[in-house]
Amino acid sequence: MQNKTGTLFLTFLKIGAFSFGGGYAMIPVIREEIVNRHQWLSDEDMLEMIAVAESTPGPIAINAATFVGYRVNGFWGAFASTLGVVLPSFAIIYLLSFVLEKFKSFKPVAYAFTGIRAGILVLIFRGLVSMYKQSEKSLLFWILAPSAFLLSVFTGLNTVWILIFCALVGMIFTVIRMNKESKS
Amino acid sequence: MILLQLFLTFFKIGLFTFGGGYAMLPLIEKEVIAHSWMTMEELIDFIAVSESTPGPFAVNISTYIGTHTAGLPGALFATCGVVLPSFIIILIVAGLFKKFRDHPAVKGVMNGLKPAVVGLIASALLSLVLAVFAPDGLSSVNVFSESFLRSFVIFLIIFLLNLKKVKPVHLILISAALGILCGYLLEAL
Repeated sequence: MQNKTGTLFLTFLKIGAFSFGGGYAMIPVIREEIVNRHQWLSDEDMLEMIAVAESTPGPIAINAATFVGYRVNGFWGAFASTLGVVLPSFAIIYLLSFVLEKFKSFKPVAYAFTGIRAGILVLIFRGLVSMYKQSEKSLLFWILAPSAFLLSVFTGLNTVWILIFCALVGMIFTVIRMNKESKS
Repeated sequence: MILLQLFLTFFKIGLFTFGGGYAMLPLIEKEVIAHSWMTMEELIDFIAVSESTPGPFAVNISTYIGTHTAGLPGALFATCGVVLPSFIIILIVAGLFKKFRDHPAVKGVMNGLKPAVVGLIASALLSLVLAVFAPDGLSSVNVFSESFLRSFVIFLIIFLLNLKKVKPVHLILISAALGILCGYLLEAL
C-alpha cells in the first residue's frame, strides 16, 4: 500500500511538472500513466473522472488528481496525488516570483510584455470560443449567459452571487421541466 | 490576518470555480483587484507567465499572489485555500457520484452554471481588453497613439495565427517577439 501511495505521488508530480495548459491537457497523460501503464483504473473510470472533475467546483487538475488517488488508494492516495500535482507549480512559481518583477524592468523584457498583453487576449478569446462551442445552446443558455455577462459588466454584483443566482435558475428550470416530462 | 484573508479568498475562488481553462478568471480578477493584490496589467502579465509554465492556473496564481503579499507562508495559505474545496468535495463525491449524477437538482445546478461561466468569462475578457487598449478609461483612448496601434497590430497578427491553430505557448513567444520588435522599431523612429 505504501508503494501505491508513493507511485501515485511520483506519477502526479510528473503530470504537474510537464503538463502545460491546465486541466484538460492533463487528461491524456493521466490516462497513459494510470490506465495503460499501471492499470489501476479502467477507461470507464476515466470517463467518470472527467464527469466528476467537470461537475464539481475547483480546478480540473486538482479534482482529477484527488479522484484518481482516492479510487486507487483511499484518503492517502488522494492526498499524495493532489500534493504531487500541486508541488511542481508551487515550487516553480515561488522561485519565479522573486525574479519576475526585476526581470520586467529590463527593456527587452518590458517590450516583450507589451506584445504579450495583446497576445494573451487572443488566448482568452480562444478559451471563451471553445467553451461556447461545447455549451448546449438551449433556451436556458441564451437567458443565463447574457444575463451573467450584463450583471457582471453593469452592476457591482459579486461574481459569487451571479453564480448562485444562475445555479438556482438552472435548478428550478430543470426540475420543472423534468416533472412535466415525467407527467406527460 | 493577511494569511487568513489569503486563505479565505482563495478558498472562495476554489469553491466557486466550475469548469476548466479560464473559468477561474472572472472571480480571480474581481477578488485580486478588490484587495489590490495586483494591478490589471500585472494580472495579464501573470496569465502569460502561467501559460508558459507547467501546472494548473489556479495553483500558479495563488502561489504568486500569496508570495507577493506575504512570502512563503502567504503562498502556502493561498494555495491550500484554492486546493482544499476540491479536495474535500471530491473525497465526498468519489464514492457517491453515480447516485448523484442523475438527480434533477444536481443536473439543474450544472445547467445553470455552465452558461453563467461563459457569460462571466466574456465579461472578464472585456475588462482585460479595456485594460490593454484603454488603460486610462474609454474617454481618453487615442486610436492613433503609438501604444494603441502597437497593441492593435500585435493583437491582429496573433488573432490570425490563432485561426491557423498555432499552440498557445508559441503564440505567447511570437507576441513577445513582436513586442520587442515594435519596441525597438518605435524607438528608432
